[in-house]
Amino acid sequence: MSTIVRLPDQKVATLPKRTFLNSEYGLKSWLLTGDHKRIAILYLISITFFFFIGGAFAALIRLELLTPQPDLMASDTYNKMFTMHGIIMVFLFLVPSVPATIGNFVIPIMVGARDLAFPKINLLSWYLYIFAGCFTLSALVLGGVDSGWTFTTPLSTHYLNTHVVTAGLGVFIAGFSSIFTGLNFIVTIHRMRAPGMTWFRLPLFCWSHYAASILMVLGTPVLAISLVLVILERTIGIGVFDPAKGGDPILFQHLFWFYSHPAVYIMILPGMGVISEVISTFSRKRVFGYTAVAFSSVAIALFGFFVWAHHMLIMGISNYSALVFSLLTMLVAVPSAIKIFNWAATLYKGSITFETPMLYAFGFMGLFTIGGMTGVFLGSLGMDIQLTETYFIVAHFHFVMVGGMLMAFLAGVHFWWPKMTGRMYPEGLSKLAALVTFIGFILTFFPQFIVGYLGMPRRYHAYPPEFQVLNVLSTAGATVLGIGYLLPMLYLTWSLKYGAIAGENPWQATGLEWQIQSPPLTENFTVTPIVDYEAYDYEWLANKTKHEVTTVG
Amino acid sequence: MHIISPVLWEFLIRWLTNFALFPPEASTVAPQTDALYLFLVFISVIGCGIVTLLVVGFSIMFRHDRNPEATQIEGSTLLEATWTLIPLVLFMVVFVWGAVLYFRIYNPPKNAMNIYVVGKQWMWKAEHPGGQHEINGLHIPTGRPIQLTMISQDVFHSFSIPAFRVKREVIPGRYTTVWFEATQPGTYHLFCTQYCGTKHSAMIGDIVVLKPEAYEAWIESSTSGTSLAQNGERIFAALGCNACHNGNPDSRGPSLANVYGSKLQLTNGSLITADDAFLRDTILNPSMHVTQGFAPIMPTYQGQVSEEGLIDLVEYIKGLHSNDRIQQTLNTTQVSPAQSGTTASKVPGTVNQ
Repeated sequence: MSTIVRLPDQKVATLPKRTFLNSEYGLKSWLLTGDHKRIAILYLISITFFFFIGGAFAALIRLELLTPQPDLMASDTYNKMFTMHGIIMVFLFLVPSVPATIGNFVIPIMVGARDLAFPKINLLSWYLYIFAGCFTLSALVLGGVDSGWTFTTPLSTHYLNTHVVTAGLGVFIAGFSSIFTGLNFIVTIHRMRAPGMTWFRLPLFCWSHYAASILMVLGTPVLAISLVLVILERTIGIGVFDPAKGGDPILFQHLFWFYSHPAVYIMILPGMGVISEVISTFSRKRVFGYTAVAFSSVAIALFGFFVWAHHMLIMGISNYSALVFSLLTMLVAVPSAIKIFNWAATLYKGSITFETPMLYAFGFMGLFTIGGMTGVFLGSLGMDIQLTETYFIVAHFHFVMVGGMLMAFLAGVHFWWPKMTGRMYPEGLSKLAALVTFIGFILTFFPQFIVGYLGMPRRYHAYPPEFQVLNVLSTAGATVLGIGYLLPMLYLTWSLKYGAIAGENPWQATGLEWQIQSPPLTENFTVTPIVDYEAYDYEWLANKTKHEVTTVG
Repeated sequence: MHIISPVLWEFLIRWLTNFALFPPEASTVAPQTDALYLFLVFISVIGCGIVTLLVVGFSIMFRHDRNPEATQIEGSTLLEATWTLIPLVLFMVVFVWGAVLYFRIYNPPKNAMNIYVVGKQWMWKAEHPGGQHEINGLHIPTGRPIQLTMISQDVFHSFSIPAFRVKREVIPGRYTTVWFEATQPGTYHLFCTQYCGTKHSAMIGDIVVLKPEAYEAWIESSTSGTSLAQNGERIFAALGCNACHNGNPDSRGPSLANVYGSKLQLTNGSLITADDAFLRDTILNPSMHVTQGFAPIMPTYQGQVSEEGLIDLVEYIKGLHSNDRIQQTLNTTQVSPAQSGTTASKVPGTVNQ
């Protein structure tokens, strides 16, 4: 199979002498850095750490569900497992995953800037993240929390004696980290674009991050408010949510989902940005309908704010407001469909090669389509009654978040790995990992759609024996999936020392980040770039490279 | 004989013989939900099929070996409009279909038989109007619409019967309702589907659907002696409600005879229909709705009546068509007011202070 990879001659190739990695040495130079690339690396290490902790909880949950009886752990322990899995995966992995690592690394370079607008706030946001992680871990070490990641009142405020406040504070702080990241992206994309880099010359990765950043900045404060109210109600007993004091427990649902629904778009939009870059690069073609894809991100961000009550369709909101929210939910599905079809159309008359990021992107398209379509099931009022709060919904959001977002994250990590480290990952092994992840994923989560329609409720420690076969399949799949996630961690670490030297543009991609050395200099560009070509202009790239001699070192 | 292990073999056999994609269809609404589900599955399969076909087809046709030079295409408004509008139309069909179904599931018919359900950590208590109590179970007849009026005593729960395709959140502090009409006799799962703490997964029960004759027999055999309304009458007297709500021309509270279902004019000018939730609210939080012409002097009964007691009171007031018996009780209790305090603590449904 042919590839487009253009690596320099490995016998003579060396890494650039001066890069952001070796400009300074020592722990202090990392912990006090203002360099967006170093902060991105710090984030990458820390979110990987939390991903594997969250993954370990998932493994224990699946192990428990191998049998219908509650035999591996006590009910309270099981409840803590899925709570910690949810909190860690949502707030400490999915929300910062692509934006804080890949976005942090490439957005300033993509727009042609030397750094983000506020480098110190960027560092602060990493410290807040670590602080939030410490709170969450201390809640875990002190004995865990079993409120569910949704902190449902009055359960979380009056009926649990676990570390709800500690975990809540953790999430509260993580929220500020996310707000600062979003703020930085918005200002950077608005104010720091290089000369000639108009809005419609921006890579779609920037557009989707811009949309996600707006959601972060506007949505996250509401989460902060609702968590503060939960903490106050729990500690000093104010009666905002407690019906016995005249409060309204439904109000918490409104506040929580006002953030947590847009949050799923915070998680998925950056992933969509990765897919746009990858699909375009490996089919050597401009993204089909650039403007439609760009504006569909903005449309998702906009509509995403007005669908929150579809999480509450069976909670006794009025039938008519249920109608409105169902209708808006249907509308928000349309821009996602547009994106999928536009990516598919990008392949048409392309010149397609199948490097690992492309395989992950194909995986994303397949799994996200299933995840998106099952979202339509859930948005449909009468159908939602049967499906909500069952394993169907668990399968749905794992298809979107894990099948979609994690696939996109891995696509992005593989795609920009040569840029970040200057070295290639092993191609054969990584293709295997992509395949294993895809198969493992389908095997884990597809049976959950069926068991969900059969009625198995989510968050059940024990279940009726007739659901066992499907749960065994799911657990078997989780094992495969676990291998699929461990592999990249191992070979990517290996490649740091032994990977082939990548050169500045191994993929022959058009983004500004591919026109500079890998790994980049601390200041990214030696001269401010002047952009006189459109995004994804492969003819421009061909002309540029025609007479160019690849020099490395 | 077996190539694979006997345990796994047994397992596979069991799976292949019991493999189900649908829960049993045991209510009138179940086939309707399944029809929508099948339609959604159908359009999903078509949608995923198209995407897979495009991705795989283009990958083969336009792979680098066959097509070394890409042809740059800007986009196509016509094509994009097509794949915007077709999904939009399909989603609108799904929206309307789902909405019709939702209204059908959540709007009970007028002649529905009402059963009360109280959820608490971690059990379901069902109260039939005739006074039959059940824990983690519900006996119902086929061929008769049943409405459940539900409330939680503590945290959120959710009452789910997959075989009937119905589910409704059970919320502290407010009544929620759901209705269904069972069609197939049998025993079906009842799940709590909203995470409610330690024993969430043990908050399950059996829905026993009986033929009407068998149901009548069950009702006869499991009566507790007093109906909900009768118990409500005792609480009404024990709490001294009759001191004001007795229908006398000079009484300090409005008469409650025939109040259920009527429209009331409140002091703040609004009109309100007296339903179950209104009756419950006025007992616990009387100053929230004050009927026109009366002073806001009623004390709250928060903490004095349990959820079951409130259900008894609501059920009693619902069936109250005249004040004769209230006045009768009033006259007897006035003879020995000292005793009323002691009787109060004995009446089930009131909370001992």
